[in-house]
Amino acid sequence: MKKIATILFTAVLLLPLASFTVSASAGAGVEQSGANINDTASLQRGAKWYVNYCLGCHSVSYMRYNRLAADLDLSEDMVMDNLVFSNAKFAETMNIAMDPGQAMAWFGKPPPDLSLIGRSRGADWLYSYLQGFYQDENGEWNNTLLPNAAMPHVLWSLQGIQTPVYRQETDAGGFTHEVIDHFELTRPGKQSPQEFEETARDIAAFLEYAGEPAQLKRKGVGVWVILFLVLFTFVAYLLKAEYWRDVH
Amino acid sequence: MSSDDVNKGRRRFLVATTTVVGGIGVGFAAVPFIKSWMPSARAQAIGVPVEVNVAKLKAGQLLKVQWRGQTIGVLHRTDAMVAGLSKTDDSLSDPESLKAEQPEYIHGEPRALKPEFLVLNMHCTHLGCIPQMIPEVGPQPFDENWNGGFYCPCHKSKFDLSGRVYKGVPAPNNLRIPPYSFLDEHTLIIGVSPKGAV
Amino acid sequence: MAKKASNVSSRASALLNWFDDRLPVTAFWNNVMTGYMAPKNFNFWYYMGSLALLVLVIQIFSGILLAMHYKPSALEAFASVEYIMRDVDWGWLIRYMHTTGASFFFILIYLHMFRSLLYGSHKAPRELLWVFGMFIYVALMAEAFLGYILPWGQMSYWGAQVIINLFGAIPKIGEPLTQWIRGDYFISDATLNRFFALHVIAVPLALLGLVLLHLVALRENGSNNPDGIEIKKNKDADGKPLDGIPFHPYYTVKDIFGVGMFLILFCFVLFLWPEAGGLFLEHDNFIPADPLVTPQHIKPVWYFTPFYAILKAVPDKLLGVLTMGASVAILFFLPWLDRSPVKSIRYKGLWYKVLLTLFTIAFIRLGLLGMAEGTPAQTIEMRVWTLVYFMFFVLLFFMSPRGKTKPEPDRVTH
Repeated sequence: MKKIATILFTAVLLLPLASFTVSASAGAGVEQSGANINDTASLQRGAKWYVNYCLGCHSVSYMRYNRLAADLDLSEDMVMDNLVFSNAKFAETMNIAMDPGQAMAWFGKPPPDLSLIGRSRGADWLYSYLQGFYQDENGEWNNTLLPNAAMPHVLWSLQGIQTPVYRQETDAGGFTHEVIDHFELTRPGKQSPQEFEETARDIAAFLEYAGEPAQLKRKGVGVWVILFLVLFTFVAYLLKAEYWRDVH
Repeated sequence: MSSDDVNKGRRRFLVATTTVVGGIGVGFAAVPFIKSWMPSARAQAIGVPVEVNVAKLKAGQLLKVQWRGQTIGVLHRTDAMVAGLSKTDDSLSDPESLKAEQPEYIHGEPRALKPEFLVLNMHCTHLGCIPQMIPEVGPQPFDENWNGGFYCPCHKSKFDLSGRVYKGVPAPNNLRIPPYSFLDEHTLIIGVSPKGAV
Repeated sequence: MAKKASNVSSRASALLNWFDDRLPVTAFWNNVMTGYMAPKNFNFWYYMGSLALLVLVIQIFSGILLAMHYKPSALEAFASVEYIMRDVDWGWLIRYMHTTGASFFFILIYLHMFRSLLYGSHKAPRELLWVFGMFIYVALMAEAFLGYILPWGQMSYWGAQVIINLFGAIPKIGEPLTQWIRGDYFISDATLNRFFALHVIAVPLALLGLVLLHLVALRENGSNNPDGIEIKKNKDADGKPLDGIPFHPYYTVKDIFGVGMFLILFCFVLFLWPEAGGLFLEHDNFIPADPLVTPQHIKPVWYFTPFYAILKAVPDKLLGVLTMGASVAILFFLPWLDRSPVKSIRYKGLWYKVLLTLFTIAFIRLGLLGMAEGTPAQTIEMRVWTLVYFMFFVLLFFMSPRGKTKPEPDRVTH
């Protein structure tokens, strides 16, 4: 009777939890990226794409080049030759030279620093965002995840240019409006769609890594810590059981 | 509650085992926290070696740079300055720099890799003030037989043109020499020892 | 060999005697450890107190280490946290210790308080023990709120904005009061700096004092137990409770095991899941505070959300604040609202099991709703559960003296 009551009680308690999901960052239009920060080659490619296409506007001001080298298995020479285009020294951070005043004039607001975008938005969002740029009827850049973003499609030469194909949709109130049905690649880029997917994935993985470089080591340490604690708890249990034999 | 004397041994064993395992855990756990006090990546970045171009440094001139929060002086010595170093050996506390804090590869009276360039940690070994350079040979208010060198205004310590400390002054040691080496004929780098050197 | 051993131990006891002549070391040890008779039937719910004490130590330890690198200024705070995460050796570990510890503190405290609802530990003569505990809970909520502003992320800033603005609801003094709290006309460097001082020094001192009082009050009457009967009623020839066992070694040894189990859970989160899906570390807080941009969805950290839901349930600002305050305040009065002749749920009728189950579901459901967007349907649900929450106390007051009870045993059962 007691056991049944306990089970019922627990079930009733958990029921409200089951019917509610904590809203995660995944929402409409966000696809699974498959980004893998344990794939060093992916991170290296992502770093390369990033410094060539993104670092001009977006600093990663909390990331040091020497940290990048250590984590991505790159030598100092490889980093300084291939990833550093400014006067930055090896131990310095990935800052940009863009003047904030000029940024305001060109974009309306300074492009944000992306050190932590991997944590605030997540790899899946970034992956989808990079693939979500399109050119509308006026020839203006737009993005499905960030409508009317000030950012142009920096990677257009790789992906090519996609234009939306619309369809009519009627909502609950009876109003019809245009909705993007799918994209067409009206002008191909240097990369095939699969290649561009990989590029987007690599950049997303790189930014996910950059958001928390320590994560590459954290999990490994954690496994050892937990294994040790299991051993300790087992020994502690034996001690407890031994003393508690006194207590009838 | 029953008291079972037979188990006392087992209890001692289990207490000991738990204590040892726990102690090992605490020992390992302490490491990251103690390490967190070490200079951070930022401190290390700021403490990077400093390159000094001496091409334009005239003879007799002293150039000061900052390295790891210390003022480092680079003095371009004349031949006369180097030759005059042995004159004051008797007045010096440690003429052979036996007690001095300097790299293994710095020897002799000139206390330098190349005698014409003296690289010194300018902080007086007494309490850290920066001495003034008074290179001229001749009587000074603080020393009738001044042979050229450094004079610390704070507590009147005196050092020769190799940074060696005089007897009878508050400073206990010769001025320190930081690790350094030459990248090429005109550039030295403070903070990096010559290749292969200890 | 034996002589050598006894030499060492006689030196040790001589040293102890030296201290005992000057400080009540042995007397204290006997009083709170070997001489403190605790009921022998403590179960799972009785681990929480000692574990909460452990987490307090963890928070103080990690907090001190963080304070060595953190910069409490609006300009540098966010960057200093990233400095800790990246540039300080093992800084990420210290930071995650502190964020994981904060959330686990509340998990433990909620379970600890729930134990009291199960077994009547708040009832006479332990009312003051409960009240001190409630003060600890309120101080802990303050500490968590003050601490959350320190990283100076979007949630830090805007969460503080919302909560401080609540004080503005108080008629007449509201506006000047919010200015006084902020130290400025808007949330700024002044606010951050003073919150830092309160979080690092003032509230921890208060917490330590309150915990000490809490433990002294516990020692005074001894612990309750799952059967809710007083073990002192049945003593042996030496005057020791028949159902009591000395705290040391039995509960020291049991609590060490409890610590081991807890640390496994704690380290699992710390090393493998520190963000806990955005619950322990919120995604929006990785964006630096921007007074010009309001986040889409401002919500407090999970441990405040039940009360936040109660606030949102009431349409009027001032009434909402008062209702939210009442939902915490009413807990202080629990010892006097619960007029049941028996302490433990084991000997109360079905009425109490139903009430407590509904209360628990209400608390959890309110917590989940507090995190949600706040659609009209959700708002209705929040109102329902808020009613259930308060009705628990009202019905407890009226039903407890009359509700069905079962006969209490003379000796503890399990």
